[in-house]
Amino acid sequence: MDVVLLSRIQFALTVGFHFLFPPLTIGLAWLLVAIEWRGWRSGDATYVRMGKFFGKLLALTFAVGVATGIVMEFQFGTNWATYSKFVGDIFGAPLAAEGVLAFFLESGFLGLYLFGRGRVSKGVHWFSILMVAVGSVISAFWILVANSWQQTPAGYVLREGRAELVSFWAAVFNPSTGPRFFHTVDAALISGAFFVAGVAAYRLLKNREDELARRAARLAIVVGLVASVAETFPFGHLHARQVARTQPAKFAAIEGLYTSTSAAPIVLFAYPVTPPPELKAKIEIRGLLSWLAFGDINTRIRGIDEFPPADRPPLWLTFVSFHNMVVLGLYFIAAMAWGTWMLRRGRLWDSRRFLTVLVISIPLPLAACQLGWMAAEVGRQPWIVYGLLRTRDAVSPSVPAGDVLFSTCLFGVLYLLLGALFIYLLVREIRHGPEPAHA
Amino acid sequence: MDLNTIWFLLIGVLIAGYAILDGFDLGVGTLHLFTRDETERRVMMNAIAPVWDGNEVWLLTGGGALFAAFPAVYATVFSGFYLAFVLLLVALIFRAVSFEFRAKVDSPGWRRAWDIAFGLGSFVPALLYGVAVGNVLRGLELDAMRSPTTSFLGLLNPYALLVGLLGLAMFVLHGATYLAMKTEGTLQERARHWASWGWVVFIGLYAVTTVASYIAAPVLFERWFARPLTWLLFALLLASCVAGPMAVRAARFGRGFLASALATVSIIALAAEGLYPRLVPARPDPAASLTIYNASSTPYTLRVMLVIALIGMPFVVAYTVWIYRTFRGKTVLTAESY
Repeated sequence: MDVVLLSRIQFALTVGFHFLFPPLTIGLAWLLVAIEWRGWRSGDATYVRMGKFFGKLLALTFAVGVATGIVMEFQFGTNWATYSKFVGDIFGAPLAAEGVLAFFLESGFLGLYLFGRGRVSKGVHWFSILMVAVGSVISAFWILVANSWQQTPAGYVLREGRAELVSFWAAVFNPSTGPRFFHTVDAALISGAFFVAGVAAYRLLKNREDELARRAARLAIVVGLVASVAETFPFGHLHARQVARTQPAKFAAIEGLYTSTSAAPIVLFAYPVTPPPELKAKIEIRGLLSWLAFGDINTRIRGIDEFPPADRPPLWLTFVSFHNMVVLGLYFIAAMAWGTWMLRRGRLWDSRRFLTVLVISIPLPLAACQLGWMAAEVGRQPWIVYGLLRTRDAVSPSVPAGDVLFSTCLFGVLYLLLGALFIYLLVREIRHGPEPAHA
Repeated sequence: MDLNTIWFLLIGVLIAGYAILDGFDLGVGTLHLFTRDETERRVMMNAIAPVWDGNEVWLLTGGGALFAAFPAVYATVFSGFYLAFVLLLVALIFRAVSFEFRAKVDSPGWRRAWDIAFGLGSFVPALLYGVAVGNVLRGLELDAMRSPTTSFLGLLNPYALLVGLLGLAMFVLHGATYLAMKTEGTLQERARHWASWGWVVFIGLYAVTTVASYIAAPVLFERWFARPLTWLLFALLLASCVAGPMAVRAARFGRGFLASALATVSIIALAAEGLYPRLVPARPDPAASLTIYNASSTPYTLRVMLVIALIGMPFVVAYTVWIYRTFRGKTVLTAESY
């Protein structure tokens, strides 16, 4: 196998695995901000116990996120040296800013949050989880700035064979930063909400009278409903409109638009086959895509046929990952709306079926995050920096294929182990439950 | 002072910050391999548990800053040390998860496994950092495209290994002093013993490395004592090598910790002073070296980054100091401990 393919496999593997953890961390941290706030302000022991319980789960998630995040910080240099030299003038700054403005905040205050109970006042203790949550969102912002610049580069000139920064603000707030940031952070909130709701549901299946679990479920379902609705509209919608304007090849690929069309349809279901690219068993609504993306059902949208084969992203994976993400997104709204309705009717605690659905749904937002990320990253191909540098030209010239094969296998085995241990310990902790009320 | 020099200094500050902060974590982790019982192991882990993660961020920020300020160096060094970096990352991953993982299951076999993961996950980085520095000081073989051509085994040359050992001794000594500061009773006595021997080994290795550097890393001696700064740094190093062992002997561990931190900073500063304005000296043709001028980002980027650093770092230092103050005093095991 060649170095490019191996490096891509390794990057996909390491970033995919890493990206399971930050959304959960961000979502859980913000829910803990709410939980700890109520624990602090009301002095209610149930919220304090809830905070301790979910705080432990946050610590475990954070640990694996940090461990796998270190790899990402260095992998641009180890495997993508040509890329690093090409974009270093622009791409390094957000990574450094993430360290200075976010990582220190998250890590420092997480230590204080986990070990500082009793050492600092309750207000300061709450402030420490707030700083963890704020830090995690700042971190998301800067890493998404870096990624967005790869997708829709701005604020640069090409000089001496590299991209040089000419406007910091134009690069930071490039066309896709805003839509991507809100869409991704809201996805993290959904992940956290489904996690807390699912864990609470599990405890309720064991004991329907569990007051701590009831309150946790109530909080998570309400947050989950708001976040799920906002994820589709406005955030998902705005992100798609931006892609339609700034990355037309990606837009054509994810929407399955293989020939340029006026009154372009939204495809509800289809199975893509190649070559030539074609959608089988298609169910579609004509004009809806044109209307959603450009506000007019008759707007002509460029299909994949307008792009030379060398500039087209893989069609099957982008279409399938994007559409499954959308399906999951709609499911999240439905599940949380149903949950809210049951809450209002006071029937949630008795519906073992719905509680089971909540438990099973715990990993689904993380799956949606992975699918969305795939659509975004695979949809950017064959470019590593959209329109400027091709992925195949970006690897480290001095690293032999054998070395990359070795490291890919090593990370593969290691991450399987970490993933298995994480799930084992998480489930163990959830089964064990919060500490008893009278302790 | 030009922007490139400022960034050379700032990256030096990040590296030194990492070495004195995560340095003691790595030292404690390495010493953890030599513990006797479960309480001792838990006290050692919990002595660094609240702060190690924040300490590691200095490395991440250093990596990011190097990428931002000197992308050619980031690309060259990281791809050139490919397998060594993979090994380092695997070790850091094991260390990072071992705190949480180890504490969660109360079984001797499980804990033993994570003790080893934690110990080796600290030992391997503590050794590799010095090996990497040794190779840079010695000069990297670069081809016409400024890509390194040394194999993994080539990186494990005697000189680099010697610098690796020096680094290891430095971290272990620093960790032992930190441990003596944070513990009581027999563990404190043992930590003190480790720290005393640590100083002996460190000073001995420093002397040997200095002689070896004269042969293997001549860049360090080009301006040997031509500049007053070198004299000053050397004097600081000597002073800490005298004050450190004395403080350890007198059981003044706070002072001892400052001395080992000072030794760490001055030794890094001496190496940086020797390198300046180079970042990666090249062999066999020194003209191919990566310098702070030919490997840097544009002045605009360096200026923007400087503003970010000036806004962010004062806050970082302030709350880091405050968090350390919150956890000052002896480590006590509580319900929240690992």
